[in-house]
Amino acid sequence: MSQRRVVVTGLGATTPLGGDVASTWAALIAGKSGVRLLTEDWRELLPVHFAARVATEPADQMERVEMRRLDRSEQFALVASREAWKDAGTPDVDKERLGVVIASGIGGVITLLDQFDNLKEKGARGVSPHTVPMLMPNGPAANVGLELQARAGVHTPVSACASGAEAIGYALEMIRSNRADVIVSGGVEAAIHQLPMAGFAAMKALSTRNDAPERASRPYDADRDGFVLGEGGGILILEEYDHAKARGAKIYCELVGQGLSSDGYHIAAPDPDGSGVQRAIKFALKDANLSTKDIVHLNAHATSTPAGDVAEANALRLALGADSDHVAVSATKSMTGHLLGGAGAIESVFIVKALQERLAPPTINIENLDPAVTIDVVRDTPRSLPAGQIAALNDSFGFGGHNVVLAFATL
Amino acid sequence: MALLAADVLAGIKEIVEEVAGIPAASIELDKNFTDDLEVDSLSMVEVVVACEERFGVKIPDEKVTDLATVGDAVNFIVSAAV
Repeated sequence: MSQRRVVVTGLGATTPLGGDVASTWAALIAGKSGVRLLTEDWRELLPVHFAARVATEPADQMERVEMRRLDRSEQFALVASREAWKDAGTPDVDKERLGVVIASGIGGVITLLDQFDNLKEKGARGVSPHTVPMLMPNGPAANVGLELQARAGVHTPVSACASGAEAIGYALEMIRSNRADVIVSGGVEAAIHQLPMAGFAAMKALSTRNDAPERASRPYDADRDGFVLGEGGGILILEEYDHAKARGAKIYCELVGQGLSSDGYHIAAPDPDGSGVQRAIKFALKDANLSTKDIVHLNAHATSTPAGDVAEANALRLALGADSDHVAVSATKSMTGHLLGGAGAIESVFIVKALQERLAPPTINIENLDPAVTIDVVRDTPRSLPAGQIAALNDSFGFGGHNVVLAFATL
Repeated sequence: MALLAADVLAGIKEIVEEVAGIPAASIELDKNFTDDLEVDSLSMVEVVVACEERFGVKIPDEKVTDLATVGDAVNFIVSAAV
């Protein structure tokens, strides 16, 4: 029996650039930054005064009573999943063949910290009975699964900033292995709060460019000084190819493969050799039955940290060889900031749009390209992608040494 | 301090509207929290804690299961406040 093929039939997103896919994509192609100064007083306690909040608050997209029982990460998951489900044509699916795989890097950390404040101020009686369902990292997936009554399985892989991509890869395998026909997959994150920000700042992982927040996220620039924390999420509806064809679904592209590896090197620092990244790329190409010649676009992990960007660029150069000369590399975190567990998911949405529109998004804020970066970075303005059958890769890496590479191709 | 049943009912209506999103105007004494007002076991804890704060009474956990309707809650709170 030939392998079951998996296609993308719906997209949803809520990001620092827009409250849905269309507005996000328009801002991305226009090279706009979603990074802003925080308005909260607590910013003064931190060395970093800015972040990339969602462009549209969930309060404008859902009912008040629903919101109060949901962590912000769960709100993002429902907003983006509703858009994606509608975009897929609200398919009439056997619920036992419908799954949900939505990741989060940190889970309901804002709920956890707010309820700890309640405990200290009011005692145990002041802690909400919704605390645990709101803070559990599987809460976003569980709430979407409940809404759609998905019964094939609801899952939440956790691998820090690779989580969103890992969720999409897990969903790919669920459909391939015939556990499901349709999966709502992706990732979300809502961690713009003083504690996680103080923690990232203590690692010296965040940019401190407080005088120019919109210029702070600058992957591959010689003067990059760290990432910018973002929030939001992205959702893809993945569907078995014949199932999608039978119902006349709009098909964006095919999810052709994934490659997974781990560094075994350090809890947070990238392996400077990038051997784990290279292996993940090779595995993804093999799983997708593609060669390096087929790849025309890559959405890099590129978070704007001094060590990470160069390690990834070197690994790409080594894994793709001379073919890296025709791979248009986009570092979209320059505009969205870093959505942690949502990053691999929104960047997969961007890849799907890039293949559909034949347009690679720009990388903004590169004033002086780091001379150590020898890949072909799309700078400042979008770049057209070639006609014909084309393929693209999405890199995602997480603290802990997790590497996930997803491969998408036009049909 | 004695409480008037009418005042307690008005307060519970506001609390249930806040917690469950049911319009206060549709909340009557004979309404069942679970079946009529979409107050599940978790949300009932919110209603109980809000009532305790608002009316200055204690509603022990073992009593909560007896409070099936809005009327049950009004009667308990009025009697507990005396």
